[in-house]
Amino acid sequence: MGNAALDPGALSVKNHAMLAYIIKRIVQSVIVLLVVGLVAFAMFRFVGDPIDNILGQERTQADIERLRVELGLDQPFVVQYWNFLARAAQGDLGVSYRQSRPVVEILLERAPATLELAAVSGAMAIIFGIMLGIFTAIRRDGFAANTIMTISLIGVSLPTFLIGVLLIYFFSVGMQFTLFGQTISTDLGLPSFGRGETVKIGGWSTGFLTESGLKALILPAITLGLYQMTLIMRLVRSEMLEVLRQDYIRFARARGLRERAVNFRHALKNTLVPVITITGLQLGSIIAFAIITETVFQWPGVGLLFINSIQTVDIPVMAAYLMLISVMFVAINLVVDLLYFAIDPRLRVDRTARGH
Amino acid sequence: MSNTVLSIRNLVVDIPTRHAVLRPVDNVSYDIAAGEILGVVGESGAGKSMAGNAVIGLLNRPAHISGGEIWLNGNRIDNLPREKLRRLRGKDMGMVFQDPLTSLNPLLRIGDQLTETMLTHLDISRSEAEKRAVAALEEVGIPAAAERVNSYPHEFSGGMRQRVVIALALCAEPSLIIADEPTTALDVSVQAQIIALLKRLCRQRGTAVMLITHDMGVIAEACDRVAVMYAGRLAELGPVREVIQNPRHPYTDGLMGSTPLASKGQKRLRQIPGSMPRLGRLPAGCAFNPRCPKAQDACRIDPPPTMEDGRAACLYPIEIEKKVPA
Ligand SMILES: Nc1ncnc2c1ncn2[C@@H]1O[C@H](COP(=O)(O)OP(=O)(O)O)[C@@H](O)[C@H]1O
Ligand SMILES: [Mg+2]
Repeated sequence: MGNAALDPGALSVKNHAMLAYIIKRIVQSVIVLLVVGLVAFAMFRFVGDPIDNILGQERTQADIERLRVELGLDQPFVVQYWNFLARAAQGDLGVSYRQSRPVVEILLERAPATLELAAVSGAMAIIFGIMLGIFTAIRRDGFAANTIMTISLIGVSLPTFLIGVLLIYFFSVGMQFTLFGQTISTDLGLPSFGRGETVKIGGWSTGFLTESGLKALILPAITLGLYQMTLIMRLVRSEMLEVLRQDYIRFARARGLRERAVNFRHALKNTLVPVITITGLQLGSIIAFAIITETVFQWPGVGLLFINSIQTVDIPVMAAYLMLISVMFVAINLVVDLLYFAIDPRLRVDRTARGH
Repeated sequence: MSNTVLSIRNLVVDIPTRHAVLRPVDNVSYDIAAGEILGVVGESGAGKSMAGNAVIGLLNRPAHISGGEIWLNGNRIDNLPREKLRRLRGKDMGMVFQDPLTSLNPLLRIGDQLTETMLTHLDISRSEAEKRAVAALEEVGIPAAAERVNSYPHEFSGGMRQRVVIALALCAEPSLIIADEPTTALDVSVQAQIIALLKRLCRQRGTAVMLITHDMGVIAEACDRVAVMYAGRLAELGPVREVIQNPRHPYTDGLMGSTPLASKGQKRLRQIPGSMPRLGRLPAGCAFNPRCPKAQDACRIDPPPTMEDGRAACLYPIEIEKKVPA
């Protein structure tokens, strides 16, 4: 069973398999990016007329011809696509119709807001997700654990925008009720709109350094992180339950180790090996999910930029956002996949079922 | 017996299910003395592991002890609170499982697994525990133990890992070891070595051993006495030589026949016809009666006599004279 890893023949076969796997994954990634690029380009080229978009109503036939050549619209489709990709690879994503500024410039300006929000929600999701996952696994049949699991099911199925709206309703607008003759308000005075005050450090505008900036982060971060948190919690729980069934946990108990040592020294370590990789993947999607949260809270990040660009049919911004997100997803996917493959043969526990 | 380490009295283990209460261990009693190796043998599903797990307090829910008593070194342990029982595990009784490949935590160095066990139970310093860890590995025959303490489990072969497991089970010097099929998952070539190691260590330290196996060869090799289990009940109990040479329960006789024993010089294996009934489908009377060549009407009605008077729980035990070849 486990001796295969010690056999040098098996090892070289494994290396070949791994190389083939890496190449296959990279080729797949490139294909995905080419297709997304094609969609983005097609939007550019065929959704509305770029010349209409740029020149507006007042124009001469000469203007139109000049711009057509300038934009390369007179060239064959494939050549146009190739040029589009080449420019994108060099960081030239075109000029926003609406703001008449390079799209890259706008994206860089908006990125800190989204990244800070994603970082806070990601950290929250990981910390609380892992803690609650461990708790619900250890206290598998307890009342508290069952309650948390039930609530988490609701958390997973509630749409993000509804969570955001509910949070605003409770903690920003505030709800009042009377309990034992006392009026209690749930209003915590938390902002429901924008980033608060920000401080500029270099090209980066941060909300971490002001009180209003930190307060403004709370509700959007919860909204964005809640779903990931429940996901991580459920993942940690099921992995942990699986690990707790393993022989080495039984053997640790048979040696009379304290429950704490069994749970945290022996079980948690083994739980985190698969959890880390899958969690990494989940965090990538936080940035994509940020669109909804940013809209609900009018958070001035790239997600809100994208929504606004749809409303104003700002095709270059839409296309750039689409490509940015897909590059990010493909990159994270690739890294996580390779990580998993690299970790797998040595660290993965042999999970074949135990005999009688 | 004077220096009894483990004493099991009328042990009953129940598993409540939706339809019925299953009884994987039914009224089992035996003792093990210091330095003695008791073999527990029987087909798969006979309840051997359940009995062992009940002793060490590691029955998986919903299985639980529902009757009888377990005494360890003169103290009753079957009704101890969880935390008290945990302190006995590892310190007063240890366990070795079947599969050494999965018994060790893959992410912890074996030295750390040894020291954490000792530090849990013994009042010694960390550096003393580290010293003893090396000594414990040397004692079970791990070469270059001083370096190997820093290795991870996957760097050892199966046989070597079972040696590490034995070192772990013995490192706090318990007076009882329960070894649940310790060689079943190993290559045939190393099985005998592991059994010999277990035997040597226990003789040296005067440790009592419950050696669970379905292999009569292992019993003949290592044990002083043998308990034969069938469908949760004890069929026969006695000194190994007597039981092997003159089995009195027809099931034991059948078990011998289906094991190639060099000492008996048999050429062909006899098989016991049929298979062990599942729990909850046990026949009335003696559980072995449908497969028994000697079953009489009474065997299908009356439960077999309890083990207290004779060696075999059988209404019509095999006469000793009949076994002597003409
Ligand atoms: N959770 C369970 N539910 C029902 N029956 C079980 C359960 N666990 C074990 N058993 C039964 O208990 C009996 C004894 O099992 P075990 O002690 O492992 O046998 P052995 O170790 O002798 O092979 C078997 O018949 C098995 O099917
Ligand atoms: Mg068993």
